[in-house]
Amino acid sequence: MIAETGHYALILALGVAIVQMVLPIIGTRYRDPQLTAIAVPAAQAEFILIAIAFFALMTAYVTSDFSVANVYQNSASEKPLLYKISGVWGNHEGSMILWVLILSLFGAAVATFGTNLPRQLQANVLAVQGSIAVAFLLFIVTTSNPFVRLNPAPFEGLGLNPVLQDPALAFHPPFLYTGYVGFSMAFSFAVAALIDGHIDAAWARWVRPWTLAAWMCLTLGIAMGSWWAYYELGWGGFWFWDPVENASLMPWLAGTALLHSALVMEKRDALKVWTILLAIITFSLSLMGTFLVRSGVLTSVHAFAVDPSRGVFILAIMGVFIGGAFALFAWRAPLLSQGGLFAPISREGSLVLNNLLLTVACAAVLVGTLYPLALEALTGAKISVGPPFFNLTFVPLIVPLLIAVPFGPMLAWKRGDLLAAAQRLVAAAIASLVVIVGVLAYTQKGPWLAPLGIGLGIWLIVGAATDLAYRVKLFGASRDEVWRRLRNLPRSTFGTTLAHAGLGLVVIGIISTTAWRAERIEALAPGATLDIAGYQLTFEGVTEHQGSNYKARVGTFKVTRGGSPVTELTPSKRAYVVEKNSTTEAAIHDSWRGDLYVVLGDQLKDGAYSVRVYFNPMVRLIWIGALVMFFGGGVSLSDRRLRVGAPKRAQAKATAAPAGE
Amino acid sequence: MTRKQRRGVLIGSSLLVLGLAVGLVLYAMSDSIVFFYSPSDVAKIHESPGKRFRLGGLVEKGSVVRDQGTTVRFVVTDGAKTLPVTYTGVLPDLFREGQGVVAEGMLEPDGVFHADTVLAKHDAKYMPPEVAAKLKKQGLWRGEASGPSPNATN
Repeated sequence: MIAETGHYALILALGVAIVQMVLPIIGTRYRDPQLTAIAVPAAQAEFILIAIAFFALMTAYVTSDFSVANVYQNSASEKPLLYKISGVWGNHEGSMILWVLILSLFGAAVATFGTNLPRQLQANVLAVQGSIAVAFLLFIVTTSNPFVRLNPAPFEGLGLNPVLQDPALAFHPPFLYTGYVGFSMAFSFAVAALIDGHIDAAWARWVRPWTLAAWMCLTLGIAMGSWWAYYELGWGGFWFWDPVENASLMPWLAGTALLHSALVMEKRDALKVWTILLAIITFSLSLMGTFLVRSGVLTSVHAFAVDPSRGVFILAIMGVFIGGAFALFAWRAPLLSQGGLFAPISREGSLVLNNLLLTVACAAVLVGTLYPLALEALTGAKISVGPPFFNLTFVPLIVPLLIAVPFGPMLAWKRGDLLAAAQRLVAAAIASLVVIVGVLAYTQKGPWLAPLGIGLGIWLIVGAATDLAYRVKLFGASRDEVWRRLRNLPRSTFGTTLAHAGLGLVVIGIISTTAWRAERIEALAPGATLDIAGYQLTFEGVTEHQGSNYKARVGTFKVTRGGSPVTELTPSKRAYVVEKNSTTEAAIHDSWRGDLYVVLGDQLKDGAYSVRVYFNPMVRLIWIGALVMFFGGGVSLSDRRLRVGAPKRAQAKATAAPAGE
Repeated sequence: MTRKQRRGVLIGSSLLVLGLAVGLVLYAMSDSIVFFYSPSDVAKIHESPGKRFRLGGLVEKGSVVRDQGTTVRFVVTDGAKTLPVTYTGVLPDLFREGQGVVAEGMLEPDGVFHADTVLAKHDAKYMPPEVAAKLKKQGLWRGEASGPSPNATN
């Protein structure tokens, strides 16, 4: 019964979304306020209906209703509750429901909280959101219905792929999708502006919080995915330049560019056409990411639940929205007024450089990701484009950007003084030089470029701190004055500082773990020892262990450092009974120096086991840095000027519908 | 600066960055692309030793032999041809006899493919599309790779 309710709600949502797509556009075209006003309740109703469908599916999972085919295929009654819930989006159909749920949540948020938007703009935005919802709901209802019943109902489910039974991965898809789908807001605003033929600085102010929120979630989602791959896949790497990873990186790069160009548009009323274009590109890349992941056209280690026949449908959706938006852009963009002028050396100029390098780097990733597809279609040759390609193209393009980052916030709008900014950054340059020399002295081996990379990270961090220090006159003003300035600084300034410093942490983490990683693969008999990066590991043997829904072989390693005991590591190999599948559970000991990472391999001939041990120096900085960037975004989002409805709070309070609808 | 000069700076720097990017991409394309071959392809094209490529096919039944330490030898087959592979390291969880495998490495003069990477797949049912396509061509494809694998003859 619950499954039928969910299915029914889904079809109703499709109907409501069609209303939301059509009527407001007619309303704004013929200046009919009643038709225009339908957008708001339609967006709210669409969200409620999709939420009902989503929770119906979740109920079926939690109660292990195996008469629902989707539950049968992806769940089992013995699975822990968390993974019953995350199983909802651990498969194709459920993840598409989550996709439209987030899409409609954003739409409902604009409907509910965007009360200070011009009516016309709001209606157009919601209509565009509605059209995206129509496309994806149609896709779900016709090709990916999660509520299909099985008769007779099986007694037990097939279970969830064991590598997906993991806390980081339980939350990875929701964040990633919130990021992807969040960019649909920027897209809808851009298309609405094109339909309107009118755009101004206020537009950028409305778009920025949505873009920022989407960017934050995407940052966290990518970081979680990489963290999961790091400890769950058992090869100790954090990024593989895999097509599915690239599919999430590309919208992130374009979205980062969009955040910065929207800033120029908001403050200086410039770069309007470019910002619109970037908004369309960013969401197009999100759609392409969904397509690449869902269709399985590319070989990927991350591809789950792929079905090529559905890929054609998503390809069609992509074609309609991307093609349509670009056609609209070509037709209407010339109508938009051009913005103000600025000197090349200025805040705007630095943000243009940021955009230029980010989009070109993004294009390089796009070429590397799609080239195998194109080549196969044209010549039939099968190739794979791996890390060497991306290291050769992406890195040289992104390094100049990283060098330029600390200059940006120090330049004034309209006309900046590069020399003055450089003088302020002398301290940061000295700090990074000292670190470079220190690293060179401390590490005897490793690539010669690596110390420079570490210096680049320090440059970013100290550079970000320097900007803040100058803004509050940390040196040269009285303590009271500094405190007063600190309190009066807009929160978005702290956000910038945090995000840029977080970037520096990520750079340091990536460079040090890539350059100075130690790896040992050996056959160890019980009692044997192994030395790595100053640690001594003693293999004590293997024991059998019975988990909640798996059997495990657990190896025990005593770890000492300089003779004193450090810890005991227990990597294991799990065999999942229901899923008939096995996973490797790495054991990780973390310290400020880095991660000691131990993987238990197969049993060899003479009672020995193959054992793989890594030492990844400072690898955690990658995810800590991503977290700092996330919080930077959050601090910026809490800035009063950015808050949706901030200028008219009192009125918004009086008229806003109950939250959460 | 006049409006024209400003525009010139913008266009100039854009072209510079784009040119740099195109150059990098072309250079990387010529150098760091890895081709994907089945054992039959390898027999046909005589890839020069020392050139990296990916080898895909099925792990032949009964061919997995453990050497000293963590070195493993096995044979990859596509039904028509076979190629011996040696790999030192920990094999992925889903590495099984009769299952699809993708190995990356080089063909050495001794005729053995020295793999430095054996690709792990998340999903037991998952077959790399390249392998599936090649197997289809060889008539070895039986839909989902879950049942007992075909006994490859050679």
